[in-house]
Parts: sequence; C-alpha cells; structure tokens
Amino acid sequence: MSDQNRPIVTDNVWSALRRYTDARIGLGRAGISLPTAELLKFQLAHARARDAVHLPLDVNRLSAELRQLSVADKPLAPEVLHSQADDRFTYLQRPDLGRRLADDSRNRLQALSLADDAVPDLAIVIVDGLSSSAVQSNVVPFLEQFLTDLEAEPRPWQLAPVTVVQQGRVAIGDEIGDLLKARMVILLVGERPGLSSPDSLGIYLTFGPVSGLTDARRNCISNVRPAGLAFGHASQRLLYLIREADRLKLSGVGLKDRTEEVVIDNNSKHSNFLTN
Amino acid sequence: MNHKYSYMLGQRTWQFRDLADLMAKATPGRSGDRLAGVIAESAEERVVAQMRLSELPLKTFLSEALIPYEQDEVTRLILDDHDAVAFQAIAHLTVGDFRNWLLSDHATPDALERLRSGLTPEMVAAVSKLMRNQDLILVARKCHVHTAFRNTIGLPGHLSTRLQPNHPTDDVAGIAASILDGLLYGSGDAVIGINPATDNVSQAVKLMHLMDEVIRKYDIPTQSCVLTHVTNTLEAIEQGAPVDLVFQSIGGTEATNSSFGFNLANLQEARDAALSLNRGTVGQNVMYFETGQGSSLSADAHHGLDQQTCEARAYAVARKFEPLLVNTVVGFIGPEYLFDGKEIIRAGLEDHFCAKLLGVPMGCDICYTNHAEADQNDMDNLLTLLGVAGCTFIMGIPGSDDIMLNYQTTSFHDALYARRVLGLKPAPEFEAWLERMNIFENVKTHSPNDALPHAFRGSLKGIAQEVRDE
Repeated sequence: MSDQNRPIVTDNVWSALRRYTDARIGLGRAGISLPTAELLKFQLAHARARDAVHLPLDVNRLSAELRQLSVADKPLAPEVLHSQADDRFTYLQRPDLGRRLADDSRNRLQALSLADDAVPDLAIVIVDGLSSSAVQSNVVPFLEQFLTDLEAEPRPWQLAPVTVVQQGRVAIGDEIGDLLKARMVILLVGERPGLSSPDSLGIYLTFGPVSGLTDARRNCISNVRPAGLAFGHASQRLLYLIREADRLKLSGVGLKDRTEEVVIDNNSKHSNFLTN
Repeated sequence: MNHKYSYMLGQRTWQFRDLADLMAKATPGRSGDRLAGVIAESAEERVVAQMRLSELPLKTFLSEALIPYEQDEVTRLILDDHDAVAFQAIAHLTVGDFRNWLLSDHATPDALERLRSGLTPEMVAAVSKLMRNQDLILVARKCHVHTAFRNTIGLPGHLSTRLQPNHPTDDVAGIAASILDGLLYGSGDAVIGINPATDNVSQAVKLMHLMDEVIRKYDIPTQSCVLTHVTNTLEAIEQGAPVDLVFQSIGGTEATNSSFGFNLANLQEARDAALSLNRGTVGQNVMYFETGQGSSLSADAHHGLDQQTCEARAYAVARKFEPLLVNTVVGFIGPEYLFDGKEIIRAGLEDHFCAKLLGVPMGCDICYTNHAEADQNDMDNLLTLLGVAGCTFIMGIPGSDDIMLNYQTTSFHDALYARRVLGLKPAPEFEAWLERMNIFENVKTHSPNDALPHAFRGSLKGIAQEVRDE
C-alpha cells in the first residue's frame, strides 16, 4: 500500500474488547504514538486526579450539608479540626504530621470531652486525605444511608460529636477517638486518586482507638463511590464490622470480613477468549 | 564525637557522626531522607560530605559494616560473599578515584564484569553519590548483564518490556484483553506479569494457568509471573501449578524483609522449587524481584541509613538468587520518599546504575502516583535517559493507566517510542516471533501490522459473535 493512501491514525480493530475492561486498550496509533484525542482524554483524567489532591476541601459547604443530617432527631454538629501539617506541601512530604492533631484542635476536643462524661460507642471522623473530591461528593450521601441503617439496628449506638479534619491521615482518627473516649472510630477519608477514580472514599474502623496504632489494628473498606462500591453495600459491610468488633472487642487482622471472603472466581460469564 | 569523619574546609571543620551519617549527608536531596531526619542540613554540608566521602578508601566498607554483621543477614550475605580476588583491581582506590576509574577507558565491559563480585552495594552506593546523571548513564551503559529463560534478556542494544495486564477484579476476559493489546503492540518479552487483585494461592494458580495457556497456544517465547508472596508461589508449585518465575518484593535490610514476611532461606527454597520444574528453554533464571527506594524507611527498618544505600543493599539479595529480572518501582511509593519528577528521575538512574554495576539485570517501573509532583513529561524524560543507559526492561500497560494499582507507568506506545528513537530491539527470540506471527509488518522500524494478524482472528470472531448474541 502506498504510504500516501494510509490513514494518519490507525485504529485498532480489537477496541471492541473494551467491554471487558476499563483499561485503555485499543487506543490506535499515529505512527507508533498516542493519537491526539486519546492523549487529551488521558490529560483530562490526570488533571482531575491532580485537582482532587490539591483543591482544598470546602469545609463550610460540607459542614452545612452535615447539619442537614440527624441521628435520633438531633442534627449533626460537626467540629472542624486541623492536623499538624499546615499546608498541602507539608502534608504530602510529612505523613507523620498529618497523623497528629494541631494543639488548638486537641485542646478543643479535650474540652468537648470533659463537658460530657458519656462513653460513646462510635466516633465518626471525616478526613480530607488525598482526595477532597471524594469527601466533598461522597461523605454526605454515604452517611445519609449509614445513619438510617444504624437507626434500624435493634440496639442503640451512641454517637460522639462528628469531626471534620483538614490535612489529615488515617491514623489521626485514633487520637480523636481516644480524646472523645469512644469505643470505636469510623474514619471516612479521601483515598489516593486513581486516573479513573478521583473520588474514591475509604472507610476505616478501629476498636479501642489510641494514638500509635498501626494498620494491623484497623479494618478497611475501600473504593466507596457511585462507580465503585455502592453506598448501601458499603454501609452494610461497615455495620457488619461494627457488630463483630463489638462482639470480639477488637478490630484489624483479628477481625475477618466474611462478607468479602474471596476467591474472585469466574464472577462474570466471561472466559479467556484468547484460548477458547 | 568521632573525629574520624571530619572535614576541614577553609576555617571550618565539619563533623559527620559515622559512616552512615556521611553517606546520608552526601546523598543528593530527596524527601525520604528528610522524613527520616538523615538529610544534609544545607547544600554546602552535602557537598562537604561528598568531598569527605571521595577521600574514603573503598576497603573501608569491608571493615565498617553500616548495619552490624551480627544483627542483619543481608550484611552477612554482603560480607561473606565478597570476592577479595576480584576486588584487587580497585582495592587501592578511594571512592573519588573509583568514579574516575569507572568513567575511564580502563573500565571496559569485560573489566566491569570481572569486577562485579568484588563490589559491595555500599561501595556502589557511595560512588553513585558523587556522580552526575550523565556519569550514571555512561557507566551503566558499559555494564552488560544477560539472563535467560524462554528468551534472552539484556543483550546490548535491546530493551524488553513486562506486559502488565492488571485488572481490579482479576476478570479473565479483562486480563486477556490487555494481554492481546500488549502482544499486538510488541510488548511482553521480559515477562507477562500480573499483580493479582486478590492475593491468595487459589487466585494465583488461576492466573498462572490463564497465562500458561496463552503462552502455549501462541507459542510465545516469553515467561509468565503472578506477583504474589513467595510463600504463595511455593505452595502453587507444590499444587502442580505452571510457575515460570517466582516473584518477591525485597529490601536491603533483614528487618525490611521480615516486614515483607520472608527471609533469605525462603527465597532459596522457592528458587530450588522453581528450578526443579525445569520450564526454561534457553536459560534457568527463575526469579523476579521488585525493589524501590523508601521501602526500608516505610517499614521502619532502615537503621538510620539513607534510602538509596538501603536500596543498593537489596541488590545483594537479588544477585544471590540469579534473577531473570529485577525491577525498581521508582515512583510508586509516593512523594514523602521521592517528591517530584526531578527526584524520581535521579533515583531511577541511581538504581539502574548501582544494580548494573553489581551485575543485576535491572529494569525500571518508570512511574508516578497522582499525589507526586510529576507527570507524563517527567516519565518521558526518565524513559529516554534509561533507554540511553541500557536499561534492561520497562513496564508496558495499556495507555499508561494501571486501573488496579491506581498509578501511571509506561505504555505499550511508550516502549515503541523508546525503541524507535534509540534503535533498541526486543529480545531476539521474541522479535522473531513478532515477525513470524505477522504482528509487526516491519520489526526493523517497529511498525505494527495495520491488519489483525491471522492467528488472532479466530479469537476476535468469537467476541463479535458474543456481542451479536447479547
């Protein structure tokens, strides 16, 4: 074939296989390089992921939305806290600072806890983490579902004041739970954004929270977002973990999530078309 | 204060606590060393440390272990396996002289190969700290490390790729779709290697069979690997699974490896088991290791060493087990260890240089996460630099986007770019296969066939039928 008659961009006939995967297969090529349209799609996805990391959480908007939710007819009254990482630049390089509360936040929580000698069952902690967009879009709809499910439980679960933490990492929840004298901490955090999932919310549960615990003491539910693990499903799994943690008096590696007991077996009707 | 490691510059005397402190302070800046609190406190202190280090006799590293011999099996491995005869060629040199020697025409590929067993990771790490990026490239290019299993990896003028068809739920058709995409772009000669979404033995065995069937049906001169824990692979072998390569993430201290759940004896046992299967056709290098700066600090197992020195020590572990492939996953760990494109590029070049000098078949996962200050342009730069340096292999993934591990690495297109601009070829057996299968219209110009190769038409016809049936 004469080169002049060739199309500039060569399409890949196997692009139909995209029905089996979200991977960027069959992109075609200009020479051996990425065609312009695919290049720009990638750049857009990366830009959204970068924005999820760097755009600050709109705490005022989130707090206002949280105040619309209620437990036992009492509206939530979120307490806004800050870690020891002053800004995003510090936060990204010093995970240790993101795991500890700033002094004034700590003092405020202590005062709050002294004013109330109740021992709450659950402290819900909301943390911006690595994706403000995950927290901004998914925390409120998830909590709406979860609080409804929680109220339908046969036994009442006492809640500590809800907290919202800026520039926080997962471990900061344990310090907060400890200060609030809560039996368990539920931490909602923006996960490290992927190119196709800038809005993934992670949920962590710790029984008996104190500062200095490792990941081995926490249970995690990952990828909570409309296009990932649905809110209803995530809420049921969290309730299961809470009941089990309460029964066993522990969380982490000793608490197996039987709801996700896995061999991901041929969960689809798909087979290996390359060999069948 | 130990005055052994002091340095006088003008009126001022600079003090370094010990050899580990001197090594750390001499290291080009990076966030992980700052996080560990071992970084130089000023730019001037860094250069003074480099000046002091340049005067240090290389043989110091044989008498002063950075992590005590009694405490650490990696130190014992390094010192017990040191070849004093090979070392004779450079035994009289300081670290600074060693840089000059490496850059000189005395250091031919043959001389460098003879020297390997006489070098320790600490000597290699030390000299790398005095080298500019171009030095790291020039010397690495002179180090030829060949390995083989079903094809030959690491010949000069060649660049191989690991086809990485990961899928977030290990869906068989999803994985097969990415494998097909990669093969048709000429990727997969280093290995077809899957990071399983679910890490247990039965899942690993399922994926091993999947890849084995594809490799056998299309008679592909390559090897497969499921990147699961070494103890899982050992169990899979006992169950009779088709294991080509044994995988493990490794670090440069015993404590790091303990945190990964293995020791050197486990690696030996797994290697012996894989060798007993005798599945290689042109060679018997059966191990695949991954490393990366920052893993020891992340496991709180760094003993106060800088992260690049810890990383180089991991290559002593790798070397012991004669791997087919070793891969530094340079930008995966995140900005608290390597902050931006500049730090990632420097670390990639250091890791490749140190490994090659020690005789390790080093490839690089040229990658970044979305919270690092890096983008595709930084990866293009590192890919081009490593291509020039003679990097053994890179990753190949559809459109640079790993939808399971949520990070970006090099794509099938990227590998063809590097092969074209630098005149690099895939492994010879694999190149012949690409030609034989009509996957490439012209393997010399790295031009894929516009039409679907005959052997794959049947498979895709089935797909078309399935679409119509739904």
